[in-house]
Amino acid sequence: MMHTADMLKAFARHRGNAIVVPGRGGRHWVDLTARPGLDVPLGDPAMGGHACFALGLALARPEKKVILFDSEGDLLMGLGTLVTIAEQKPANFYHFLIDNGCYATTGGQPVPNADKVAYDVIARGAGYPRAFAFGELDEFSANLEQILSEPGPVFVALKVVAEIENAPIGRRRRWQTRTRDQVISDLRKELRIGD
Amino acid sequence: MNDAPAIALNPETVLGEMKKNGVTHVVWLPDSETNWLYLLMQAEPSLRLVGVTREGHACAIAAGLSAGGAKPLILIQNTGMMESGDSLRGWLLGLNIPVVLMVGYRGWTRHGVTQDSAATYTERFLLAFGLNYYLVESDADAPRITVAFDEAERTKRPVVVLVGDEYHGFNR
Repeated sequence: MMHTADMLKAFARHRGNAIVVPGRGGRHWVDLTARPGLDVPLGDPAMGGHACFALGLALARPEKKVILFDSEGDLLMGLGTLVTIAEQKPANFYHFLIDNGCYATTGGQPVPNADKVAYDVIARGAGYPRAFAFGELDEFSANLEQILSEPGPVFVALKVVAEIENAPIGRRRRWQTRTRDQVISDLRKELRIGD
Repeated sequence: MNDAPAIALNPETVLGEMKKNGVTHVVWLPDSETNWLYLLMQAEPSLRLVGVTREGHACAIAAGLSAGGAKPLILIQNTGMMESGDSLRGWLLGLNIPVVLMVGYRGWTRHGVTQDSAATYTERFLLAFGLNYYLVESDADAPRITVAFDEAERTKRPVVVLVGDEYHGFNR
């Protein structure tokens, strides 16, 4: 199992000028990113939609790589998303799944059937042409460059250590540095949308 | 008893409104009120169809498309719109997405008497979310679709077009 921050550090070296939707990795990514204008840290607008949002971005900007760090709790709310992504076949879409086996922000309760779900198998069954699963950082790091060098859509399930939060929401450290409006506005500026 | 108006809403008219307003992607889940559009949309080279398996997904996909500079249209049924409540709140209203939702008005009758609770709760749902909406039943109403697009752009909010015209055999 790997730590999310270490996994994102390994990824940061290969980010290039990709759009990154950091999902629940946002709290770590905010300290690692070199291109914040191309990051889309939205927190949690409505659970179950991150993969769909990133798909929409990928379809709108086929010339840019879109990298999503999804989470298993979010994906489980809408597994049908995988079928839609597979049908659309966005070659610029890279779907990483941060799987900590639980609902970490609500106190660490396990997701249903947490230890027995093979998300890479589900993705492949939904029609993703390539799907991988990694439990160790070394193995992930060794394969990452190759994974990102080939066309998407690709799915990469990552087993990570849970970072459980039990403090009341109002007392938690707020890692977001921009409002959602600002995030979208900055992205559109970087992409020269509306020029 | 079907009390739909004698002059129907033609799919060519709706497609014309989409093209006129620069729609690039139709994010949709088929229903009995709008399925007559499918073949026409499929044959239209300027449109990309994105099929979803649950209507709430359409809201998040449309949000991503809009953020990336595309112009999506959401095409779903009222039942699915109600299912999508949290996605509407978070992805469309929360991110100020200027998008039109064309929503099949299952159970709609002009006199208001309906046995279908999907119709009973449709407008109450829209009012609860503060979503403005326009009813379209026939070709004569079609300009309201452009009104909805203009309003969405101006207000940076989702606007709904209720399609009160059930399937009448154009999908052949």
